[in-house]
Amino acid sequence: MTAYVVRRLALMLPVAFLVTIGVFLLTHLTPGDPALILLGEDRTPDAIAAIHHQLGLDQPLYVQYLTWLGHILRLDLGRSVTTHQPVLAAITERLPATLELGGVALLWSLLVAIPLGTIAAVRRGSLIDRLATGFTVGGVSIPNFFIGIVLIFVLSVTLRIFPFGGYVPFNKDAYENLRHIVLPAIALGTAGAAINMRFTRSSMIEVLNLDYIRTARAKGASWQRVVFIHALKNALIPVVTIIGLQVGGIIEGAVVTETVFTWPGVGRLAVESIFNKDYTVVQGIVLLAAFSFMFANLVVDLVYGWLDPRISYA
Amino acid sequence: MSSPATSLSPFRGEGQGEGRGQHILEFGRTHPSVLIGLAMVALLFLVAMLAPLISPHNPLTVTPDDAYMRPLSPGHLLGTDELGRDLFSRVLWGARVSLPVAFVAVAVGLFGGGCIGLASGYWGGLVDLLLMRFIDALLAFPALILAIAIVAALGPSLTNAMIAIGVVAIPVYARLVRALVLQLKQMEFITATRALGATAPRLILRHLIPNLLNPIIVQVSLSAGFAILSEAVLSFLGLGAQVPTPDWGVMINSGATFLANDPWLAIVPGAAISVTVYSFNFLGDSLRDALDPRLRA
Repeated sequence: MTAYVVRRLALMLPVAFLVTIGVFLLTHLTPGDPALILLGEDRTPDAIAAIHHQLGLDQPLYVQYLTWLGHILRLDLGRSVTTHQPVLAAITERLPATLELGGVALLWSLLVAIPLGTIAAVRRGSLIDRLATGFTVGGVSIPNFFIGIVLIFVLSVTLRIFPFGGYVPFNKDAYENLRHIVLPAIALGTAGAAINMRFTRSSMIEVLNLDYIRTARAKGASWQRVVFIHALKNALIPVVTIIGLQVGGIIEGAVVTETVFTWPGVGRLAVESIFNKDYTVVQGIVLLAAFSFMFANLVVDLVYGWLDPRISYA
Repeated sequence: MSSPATSLSPFRGEGQGEGRGQHILEFGRTHPSVLIGLAMVALLFLVAMLAPLISPHNPLTVTPDDAYMRPLSPGHLLGTDELGRDLFSRVLWGARVSLPVAFVAVAVGLFGGGCIGLASGYWGGLVDLLLMRFIDALLAFPALILAIAIVAALGPSLTNAMIAIGVVAIPVYARLVRALVLQLKQMEFITATRALGATAPRLILRHLIPNLLNPIIVQVSLSAGFAILSEAVLSFLGLGAQVPTPDWGVMINSGATFLANDPWLAIVPGAAISVTVYSFNFLGDSLRDALDPRLRA
């Protein structure tokens, strides 16, 4: 197992290296000179040259990359062009709100997916199975921002049950925090619920056809016990993989949902930074998103082997 | 030399001697959901093609006196937006934006990923190692984040959105094609063809690519749904199509401002995106069920 972890980490290194090159080049492909953004109207050739020298833009590209990589390794992601705040501080300030939203969205998706997927598998071919299967295709077909807008229209504007946007920190007012998080979490978690349900259903069908389930039934175990005690635990193993990837991709989903619900998280920061041409912040967020996704992949691989002893690490 | 039947090509096999048309008809009879999916997608393409003929108004014509007309108003089936533009016409024209985006993005992904997957799977060794590390690096980015980063770098526009979505699709096709090529390379007909002296281009073009088509058709259908969804997201965020283009994502964005009094301005284009993506996903799922030999077993 230790050897596998080391080998897996070693395989991650070249990929991580390529990811940093990609992120670095993406920002350097951006049209426009950062010096012009920083200088505004005061664009004398001397001032532009001074900024280029200060930012190291007069150096060859590989020198710029290596300098930037050195900073990244020391967790120095640079400073925001618009707010002059360190990028890492700007991200960590917004990260708790994103993680809170992502966590509640994931919880919502699991609360829908696991019971519905299990029932659909047990009653395969029934009306509830067909409705659940329809939900899986529909859930991934409806854009999450559209789900958000429909929720705002029905539950905020028309019925006035929930606020239509904004954020209240949990430690300030727990009740208001929960009221504000319900709609964005449903909007963000619905596609995940559809995917998780699909995996739960197909995995459950597979497990229910295995010999040990037949043996458990033959020994007189009740159907409920067989489904919930014997089958569900093993059926959820593939679902864990998907959940892990969804955790790694929280920032991705949050980009749109946070914009719709004016949720002050990393996703909204990314969109604001793109429009402010604050590419240092965009670079930091893309890097964070990529590394958290890679890390989630690694954890999923390890957890998968731990959950399913048949998987060999040799 | 023609390729023999393989488990990857259900169109071939025992029906090879029969007429191709008859074989396709038989396939449609045994898989009605594929026909339904095809009909749904065909209808969407028809709407996109005929939009200039069937839309009652010019989607860009601004008539402030007609602003905020409700659905089922005289002359405006789905009402009008804040500038008095006919919503029904704009939704119909929206298909002419979304479907080409899907087509171009899928083409970019298929061509880029296909070439990488073919080279990687066919030559193996160092080529495979280097290309797959590049693909791993692309896969390390969450899809939408990568698309947003590319659009942010190239600048917000519909063309750049198409390129970005296409680039995001490359790893999916590269992995799929590589896996299939590795599988096909083990088959006897490929060994035999190679032993007969077939050159690499001939082997790839005449024997490998035709046997990759079925799984790729499934993936194309699913990718088209993803591409339309991604384009809508990018345009909604202001990174794809720009106003006044009659794009569904742009329409939802501007319609959301008037949600309290005129909810249909956001709901109608949202429904159009959902139906379109659903159609492609439905077709993709049906094709997979029909063409994947493991599922048929």
